[in-house]
Amino acid sequence: MNLTLKIWRQKDANDKGKMVDYPITGIEPDMSFLEMLDVLNEALINKGEEPVAFDHDCREGICGMCSLYINGEAHGPDRGVTTCQLHMRMFNDGDTIYIEPFRAAAFPVIKDLVVDRSAFDRIQHAGGFISVNTSGNTIDANAIPVNKHDADTAFDAATCIGCGACVASCKNSSAMLFVGAKVSQFALLPQGKVEATDRVLNMVKQMDEEGFGNCTNTGACEVECPKGISLENIARMNREYLKAAFKG
Amino acid sequence: MALDSRTPKGPLADKWTNHKNNINLVNPANKRLIDVIVVGTGLAGGSAAATLAELGYNVKAFCFQDSPRRAHSIAAQGGINAAKNYQGDGDSNYRLFYDTVKGGDYRSREANVYRLAEVSANIIDQCVAQGVPFAREYGGLLDNRSFGGVLVSRTFYAAGQTGQQLLLGAYSALNRQIGRGKVKMYNRHEMLDVVVVDGKARGIIARNLVTGEIERHSAHAVVLGTGGYGNVFFLSTNAMGSNVTAAWKAHKRGAYFANPCYTQIHPTCIPVSGDHQSKLTLMSESLRNDGRIWVPKHMEDVKAIREGKLKPTDIAEENRDYYLERRYPAFGNLVPRDVASRAAKERCDAGYGVNKTGEAVYLDFASAIQRYGKEQAHIKGLNENDAALIKKLGQEVIKNKYGNLFQMYEKIVDQNPYETPMMIYPAVHYTMGGIWVDYNLMTTVPGLYAIGEANFSDHGANRLGASALMQGLADGYFVLPYTIGDYLSNDIRTGPISTESPEFEEAENNVRNRIETLVNNNGTHSVDYFHKKLGKIMWNKVGMSRNAKGLAEAVEEISALRAEFWKDVKVPGTANEFNEELAKAGRVADFLELGELFAKDALHRNESCGGHYREESVEESGEQKGEAKRDDENFKYVAAWEYKGEPKDAVLHKENLVFENIELKQRSYK
Repeated sequence: MNLTLKIWRQKDANDKGKMVDYPITGIEPDMSFLEMLDVLNEALINKGEEPVAFDHDCREGICGMCSLYINGEAHGPDRGVTTCQLHMRMFNDGDTIYIEPFRAAAFPVIKDLVVDRSAFDRIQHAGGFISVNTSGNTIDANAIPVNKHDADTAFDAATCIGCGACVASCKNSSAMLFVGAKVSQFALLPQGKVEATDRVLNMVKQMDEEGFGNCTNTGACEVECPKGISLENIARMNREYLKAAFKG
Repeated sequence: MALDSRTPKGPLADKWTNHKNNINLVNPANKRLIDVIVVGTGLAGGSAAATLAELGYNVKAFCFQDSPRRAHSIAAQGGINAAKNYQGDGDSNYRLFYDTVKGGDYRSREANVYRLAEVSANIIDQCVAQGVPFAREYGGLLDNRSFGGVLVSRTFYAAGQTGQQLLLGAYSALNRQIGRGKVKMYNRHEMLDVVVVDGKARGIIARNLVTGEIERHSAHAVVLGTGGYGNVFFLSTNAMGSNVTAAWKAHKRGAYFANPCYTQIHPTCIPVSGDHQSKLTLMSESLRNDGRIWVPKHMEDVKAIREGKLKPTDIAEENRDYYLERRYPAFGNLVPRDVASRAAKERCDAGYGVNKTGEAVYLDFASAIQRYGKEQAHIKGLNENDAALIKKLGQEVIKNKYGNLFQMYEKIVDQNPYETPMMIYPAVHYTMGGIWVDYNLMTTVPGLYAIGEANFSDHGANRLGASALMQGLADGYFVLPYTIGDYLSNDIRTGPISTESPEFEEAENNVRNRIETLVNNNGTHSVDYFHKKLGKIMWNKVGMSRNAKGLAEAVEEISALRAEFWKDVKVPGTANEFNEELAKAGRVADFLELGELFAKDALHRNESCGGHYREESVEESGEQKGEAKRDDENFKYVAAWEYKGEPKDAVLHKENLVFENIELKQRSYK
């Protein structure tokens, strides 16, 4: 396959940045999207140019480090996958592909396609945990049975990989799918109920401080989420938040 | 220095309790005066950093990723073992200990493994308390599944994403401490040296990967939870960033490196599809519960398949060679990983590989689909002779069990594994070798600790499935936080460690010089060019099957490649910016040293044990003819290498392994 890539290049956070064209040849349909970028980078290095910076690590769709906004979609045109699991067979010979970073005020660009998603970490610092110390004498794991449906729903929420596709896809740059998933996981489990009030208030407060927008129920986040995190998690977070707000 | 494992005296089952009762503690007020650096935030590093902070120490934690949650523990699929005996099937601490020592082919330290088994149950309790959503049964209690090489069901799991859920548990504990200010987290930072002052590890030199800044960080002790070195093979199931650099720098500062040649090559991975391949993807071992592994019996069928004239489903039952069932009737498709991998290689080397490169075998779910389909039809009172219905019902069962893995396979290979067999081939997955540690998990450098996959301690020459997660969390939650107190109790009056010492100066200069050399080298080949070459040497000569001639060649070739690297590598960009190529260059430079030591260690160990298979050491007759032959008389020891400049000059120290509670036997799966 021969392709034309239009890639966002930005030297650092202070640079203005621009789209640059790169023709590329000899791409095989079995390559992953990131392997296609590896081929480009190898060619750039050999020509003495700077390779394109992008985040990636596990390359099996679970670490959440890869990002990329491809032809106007977070993680590209395939569904239920991250960019590292997107394969070139999804494209046609002769295609032009636009590659941009995830864009949001709360995700500043570090370089080229690499963005700073540490706002997600800070939201978790504010309350994304159950306050239990490590000790050798916690109660037995089977001492509290958990309804299977609740356990499975908590698990579904917990499969969020924290990639930020929801934020990048949202016209408001809202992080409510991400925060809702964490709030839901703990709200559904008996262990998490004790701190439920503080957790949701603290996490939402931090989310707002980081500059994420609000949810207007468009649902783009759910469509683009590589892990299929459901919008129900946002509804559950809203209920938790209301409950907590009334409690004060 | 003599190698003293500092294993406590007394009966096996009492050692850990006695040891905890007798070691020194640091009182809570004094813990506030002590700093600890933890490098790596996977299951081992993340859990250790959180626990040390809960105890009251001041922790600085480092990871090269953009968030601690990205560490590669996250990719573990199948599960975590624990001797809970919830199934009432006869499990116990002793049985988990026994299975682990035997599975490791009797090359691990008894006392460490027993302690691991002993704390395993606490791990599950701890994780559940943190809100880790393990799979449950309808009664609300935790579910278990079985894994290869054992006779009980002791594996806890969260669908095919157990590693992710456990890591998010450790990450949440870490977040709580970051929020309290007890952990200072340094994301996108890479450790580039250990600083040793007056014989003790007192800090690290790190590079800020965003700005390129070189930073000095001091502490009273340094803990490495930096994972394994499988990427020395270039292609592995490790993450792209997984590297040996932290462990290798520790080695260069005096930490012995133990058993580097013990590498696990996992039998069920998606085969290489071309030269562009950047990494390999694992398909969980749990698939072998229902999948049958085969290649065609006849060479003409193999050829027809490769040419696309026949499909695997066209090959009649009698023309298939279910070689694991044929060779190992007792364990069949569930032989341990090392055995299954070698058997696949044997068939492919003989020319029976089923893809275009000749390096793939089939993993076929058709019989399981039939079996489950009939069972479901029977349960539901439907027509058991309706072939289409049976297939549909059977596929539904398989989808419930392995849906996410089948989806992943289809996305990568573009074939539907419900309709046609999967193609699989072995790939490098885990490294049992690592930094040598004593019973307290301290390296040969006082104050420098290694935990999780980074150390060598618990898995011997072969790791059992679902035991890596167990060891990472055992070390980080339950072992290190106790044992480190014994060492730190001598530091309560030391006060803060200055970074203005000649030792910090020297280490920083070293790091700077090396970076300058790399960015100014202006060679002709990229970092990946060298990394791929190294990977080819490793895979061909130090891979699944090794011999003296190939290993000796590998030592020479790696040494020559390293010289070529330093002469000819090309690193674009500058030192003072976000520069992924520069970071990669440093890692590959270290792999080029480790690779040689790896080959040297494999050459010296003239026996076959676990994942290390020497063609010179096989059973020559009897029922076990052709199988791996261990040599307990000459090799029942840990090989710990001391750095002396070039890898070829490394000096061997032996820790003899003593087995008082377990009888050494040949592993037979016939």
